[in-house]
Amino acid sequence: MGSYYINRTFFFDVHPPLGKMLIGLAGYLSGYDGTFLFQKPGDNYEHHSYMGMRGFCAFLGSMLIPLAYLTVLELSRSLSAALLTAALLTFDTGCLTLSQYILLDPILMFFIMAAMLSMVKYNSCANRPFSAPWWFWLSLTGVNLAGALGVKFVGLFIILQVGWNTLSDLWHLFGDLSLSMVTLGKHLTARILCLIVLPLALYIATYAVHFMVLNKSGPGDGFFSSAFQARLSGNNLHNASIPEHLAYGSVITVKNLRMAIGYLHSHRHFYPEGVGARQQQVTTYLHKDYNNLWIIKKHNSNSDPLDPSLPVEFVRHGDIIRLEHKETSRNLHSHYHEAPLTRKHYQVTGYGINGSGDSNDFWRIEVINRKFGNRIKVLRSRIRLIHLITGCVLGSSGKVLPKWGWEQMEVTCTPYLKETLSSIWNVEDHINPKLPNISLEVLQPSFPEIMLESHMVMIRGNNGLKPKDNEFTSKPWHWPINFQGLRFSGANDTDFRVYLLGNPVVWWLNLLSIALYVLSASVFAVAVQRGAHLPVEVEGLSQVLLRGGGQLLFGWMMHYFPFFLMGRVLYFHHYFPAMLFSSMLTGLLWDTLLRLCAWSLASYPLARCVHVLGILSLLLGTAYRGPRLGRRFLIRGHVKVRRRTKRSWREEEGILQPLGG
Amino acid sequence: MLGFLQQPVMVTTEVNLNMVALTAVGLLSRLWQLAYPRAVVFDEVYYGQHISFYMKRTFFLDGSGPPFGHMLLALGGYLGGFDGNFLWNRIGAEYSSNVPVWSLRLLPALSGALSVPMAYEIVWELGFSHCAATGAALLLLIENALITQSRLMLLESVLIFFNLLAVLSYLKFCNSQKHRPFSPRWWFWLVLTGVACSCAVGIKYVGVFTYLLVLGVAAVHAWHVIGDQTLSNVGGLGPPSPGWGDVPSILWQVRVLCHLLARAAALVVLPVLVYLLFFYIHLLLLCRSGPHDQIMSSAFQASLEGGLARVTQGQPLEVAFGSQVTLKNVFGQPVPCWLHSHQSTYPMIYENGRGSSHQQQVTCYPFKDVNNWWIVKDPGRHQLVVNNPPRPVRHGDVVQLVHGMTTRLLNTHDVAAPLSPHAQEVSCYIDYNISMPPQNLWRLDIVNRESDTDVWKTILSEVRFVHVNTSAILKLSGVPLPDWGFRQLEVVGEKLFRGYHGSTVWNVEEHRYGRSQEQKERELELHSPTQVDISRFMARFSELQWRMLTVRSDDSEHKYSSTPLDWVMLDTNIAYWLHPRTSAQIHLLGNVVIWASASLATLVYALLFIWYLLRRRRRVCDLPEDRWLRWVLAGALCAGGWAVNYLPFFLMETPLFLSHYLPSLPFQILLLPVVLEHISDHLCRSQLQRSLFTALVVAWFTSACHVSNMLRPLTYGDRSLSPSELKALRWKDSWDILIRKY
Repeated sequence: MGSYYINRTFFFDVHPPLGKMLIGLAGYLSGYDGTFLFQKPGDNYEHHSYMGMRGFCAFLGSMLIPLAYLTVLELSRSLSAALLTAALLTFDTGCLTLSQYILLDPILMFFIMAAMLSMVKYNSCANRPFSAPWWFWLSLTGVNLAGALGVKFVGLFIILQVGWNTLSDLWHLFGDLSLSMVTLGKHLTARILCLIVLPLALYIATYAVHFMVLNKSGPGDGFFSSAFQARLSGNNLHNASIPEHLAYGSVITVKNLRMAIGYLHSHRHFYPEGVGARQQQVTTYLHKDYNNLWIIKKHNSNSDPLDPSLPVEFVRHGDIIRLEHKETSRNLHSHYHEAPLTRKHYQVTGYGINGSGDSNDFWRIEVINRKFGNRIKVLRSRIRLIHLITGCVLGSSGKVLPKWGWEQMEVTCTPYLKETLSSIWNVEDHINPKLPNISLEVLQPSFPEIMLESHMVMIRGNNGLKPKDNEFTSKPWHWPINFQGLRFSGANDTDFRVYLLGNPVVWWLNLLSIALYVLSASVFAVAVQRGAHLPVEVEGLSQVLLRGGGQLLFGWMMHYFPFFLMGRVLYFHHYFPAMLFSSMLTGLLWDTLLRLCAWSLASYPLARCVHVLGILSLLLGTAYRGPRLGRRFLIRGHVKVRRRTKRSWREEEGILQPLGG
Repeated sequence: MLGFLQQPVMVTTEVNLNMVALTAVGLLSRLWQLAYPRAVVFDEVYYGQHISFYMKRTFFLDGSGPPFGHMLLALGGYLGGFDGNFLWNRIGAEYSSNVPVWSLRLLPALSGALSVPMAYEIVWELGFSHCAATGAALLLLIENALITQSRLMLLESVLIFFNLLAVLSYLKFCNSQKHRPFSPRWWFWLVLTGVACSCAVGIKYVGVFTYLLVLGVAAVHAWHVIGDQTLSNVGGLGPPSPGWGDVPSILWQVRVLCHLLARAAALVVLPVLVYLLFFYIHLLLLCRSGPHDQIMSSAFQASLEGGLARVTQGQPLEVAFGSQVTLKNVFGQPVPCWLHSHQSTYPMIYENGRGSSHQQQVTCYPFKDVNNWWIVKDPGRHQLVVNNPPRPVRHGDVVQLVHGMTTRLLNTHDVAAPLSPHAQEVSCYIDYNISMPPQNLWRLDIVNRESDTDVWKTILSEVRFVHVNTSAILKLSGVPLPDWGFRQLEVVGEKLFRGYHGSTVWNVEEHRYGRSQEQKERELELHSPTQVDISRFMARFSELQWRMLTVRSDDSEHKYSSTPLDWVMLDTNIAYWLHPRTSAQIHLLGNVVIWASASLATLVYALLFIWYLLRRRRRVCDLPEDRWLRWVLAGALCAGGWAVNYLPFFLMETPLFLSHYLPSLPFQILLLPVVLEHISDHLCRSQLQRSLFTALVVAWFTSACHVSNMLRPLTYGDRSLSPSELKALRWKDSWDILIRKY
């Protein structure tokens, strides 16, 4: 993806641009020329210089460990807890694998952890409000939030967490009667400034840079609206001049107004038997293609309107027209057959030979919010095509056709006349030699419009990542138990493979710790609620457990549970941000519990002993399994060894696919 | 001992005439001309089908909700003597004389009517005045949409009834908690809360939102109970001793524990049991096989009378070498089907130029057919009959499968399958003498085995066939073959197997031992007993529940579907019924004045609540403590009830209708008098303001009554209106009122 930035061609991806921009920057600085294709995993880099980009990701990935260390240290004030956390992350093979390659995840995790750390830091500065460190950590939180959201939308979860923390903080301050309303106002403004305005500004700035850098037409054009494309150089709409009003005989492309649906398209393939009438398919297609061209004709005459002897006749609102597919000379046609996927709609086909069909080819063209008789403007008029005989409206259902339809999208004629975007179209390209061209400069959309549109397209793209039939998908409940890994790379003829899988000792310990945490935290909470008087030392530990641990547990839940609600394709690596939180929780919990044990044993040396021994054994446990597994997975990577541990870790064979998600 | 005789037996009753009057008008409004129109109105067409199934006791599967609601409707049909013979095919169809329309519609109407006095009780129990309580009940009474919905064979009004009942009984429970915990009254209301909650969930899944709300409020209250220090002093065990972990002091915690356990039992365990009970009755009632059998597993079908049960009755349990079986795919997607083969061979060259083995096709066929029979053969022996005694096939045994009609052996080899080229072709082996040896050995892998020596059982065992030579697994790919394969589904040998998947698992559905004579007596011994025990019920329950949740109807659009935003201000309606000749019609159309003011009241409540909350945080108490608590509880139950029943719809992707809003509407209406009384009591500073406000409220209520009266023809559908009258009623452009063209 970084290549696109270096080549400055426009592309489309479901994630916000910051992460790819950073990778692109790293690549640019390290002398990568953007020529490698990155087509599929397993390709050799050959002579391309990729170490800069990998190094950058690996650096951010290794920064996770000190960040986690500092966070836990701040929350628990205990060196051993922080050390334990750091050890867990250091020896986790999953984190190791994930941060070694050119991926967005290390960048995302870096920003999430940095945001968490700065939030914790500024919380502990709360007794010195408006001091320099306070301001520093507060604004750093804002910066990191912008970074996290700018890399992937998963960053939204950490924003919610910080937001919740800020709200409860403000609520706490608000209840403090010693503060005047003016001071409270200052507090509120400071937070709005640093946590809302600053991140938003940065986030928008990344987009500004994104659009500024990518000013050439590229593979992502078709996803965007006509107006959007006009600003990309190299696109046929850039600085284009086309006739303004639609006339009979014009060659046009028709684009659906709903985002990421594409152009009305047809090709020389029939609907398969059993799917409506066996006539030529009509679909929508996202890419520019000759098969998107249609000729607009009068319904009743077949004379060539381009004949120079005839006067130019404009198409007007309410006219009855016929749309002839330019390549195949078939007419856009509909009839009382059910559509291939949406059973309640009618099928749309291409029908007739050399432009002569029947009365089912007649459509009434209507412009939204216009009076009858007006001309139709290219690009700006929002039109509907109403089938004359059945009275239905041409629309796209947005569903992807099966293989016989080349996985393009279904076009139907819907009998429901409600105005929805999917049944509204606009004319994009327009070729008519008899008409004067006008320039399209007026179309340039403003920056907020571009922002909004690219977000809509990204959200639609994200929702569109549905698992295909029979494709193996990972379920969220698989993740914490380390049920099944994810194959990253590996050519079949060598022994070197990369398989993303967590260190089972670390992961199962994490899982156990969460259960244990919930148990111990509720015991403490009930004890406090019952009004039991705790000794000072236990009181302090319970505070660490409830406050610090609570924040970490909340972070884990925020980064894990929303995935259960998502309909899109999910992958194992989505769990890693949550895993960071649960590792920190583990460190904090075990340290606190061991301290409690040590406290209940009266004599000091013995207590000390128990504590140190416990921490050491945990450290050794993770370290013992960690490198061993790591070596197998990363360096030797033999298939059979893995089977021994768990059946579901079996190597998946077949074609590797880039995830893109 | 006979002390009670010394006192006269006294019965004192108090009758709240308000309640009686409200109940009476409630009944009047809901029951009036109940049997009119004598035609299928809107979704009755849908519920009616289910009622007919209950009457005929045939099994059906319905994804829209749990069975309790349908059973209640069917109860009405049962009491009215309905025999289930009516073709529910279209809206507007005239009912035949055997359909007891009145009694079918009675239960929803009764629950709609009883909601009115319940609204009164709820507001009263919340601690507000009788005036406010009466107001709430009257508003519920004249709300047109609720009247329409309760007068028809629909479930929303029953759901509303149980929702309100759950809230009411929880409030009663709360109030008796203050006086006498663990009294019979306390227990009664607590248990009733649990039962009402599970009834609500049992009618529609959305009832779960109210249940969660009640659980949430109960959890907060329980947390207060935990923190209640006075509870620890009960029983004279002394004040809590300092220090925790002190063993004797645990004793005084027992009472708190009792409180918590009682709540957990009544609000968590009991509802689950009642919910299971609904399914138990449902399965008990629907004991005959019906049109939806195919979707269920063989074991489930075998438990129904007729259908598969008739076929499988009396067949031997254990599959032995020599058994004749049909093999059904467990996954059953896209359609349930059986392993099948027939005389035709794979085409030599496919359309895309790849070659095949040209051997006999093996497919999966969705209909019963003589070609679905296979014989289990021991590779070491030649006979195709069962020995005496039969040698059962066990997990791990190697078998051959012989196709019954063609006596060819099931085979797979390293040839790409016709439509899934990554997998192996499965065929019945024909020896063309072209150095392509038979590879027909399969190892049996019983997936749901208990031990490694388990016997292969009919219907119960789910098995996989692992090919011995290539370790490919017999799998239904689900792709329909082209014409040469008669559009049957493709079966392949899957090499890249990843974990458990239903498409690789098969079970024996029909089974008989190979024909040989003197086996009869032993067969009788092997017959499987068919009794319904609790474990089987749980299996049937979980299967049925799972299918109900996963069955999808692909109706993506409907003329009257709407979005949640349209509901708050009533921007949409649903036409329910139109008289076949005149223009009398029924619409689901609410009382606009009530809807708008209830939404406004919710907003006012939210704003006031935030204002008070912030002021309290700064230690400025506008309300006395008890008033504040009352205000919060009213908000939590009413505004909360509205929110939990409304907001989740924003996340749902299925087509939504105005009727989905109805469960949340009563909660919003309950909030209305609460907010009005609060404004009059606390925000009107002088007597004059108060009188003015009262006058305003009266005027507003009068207008609501007027609107209700104007919309009455569309609610009851009893009067034919002229086109101009209908046009006059179309107050919003988005309302779709049917105007006949003459």
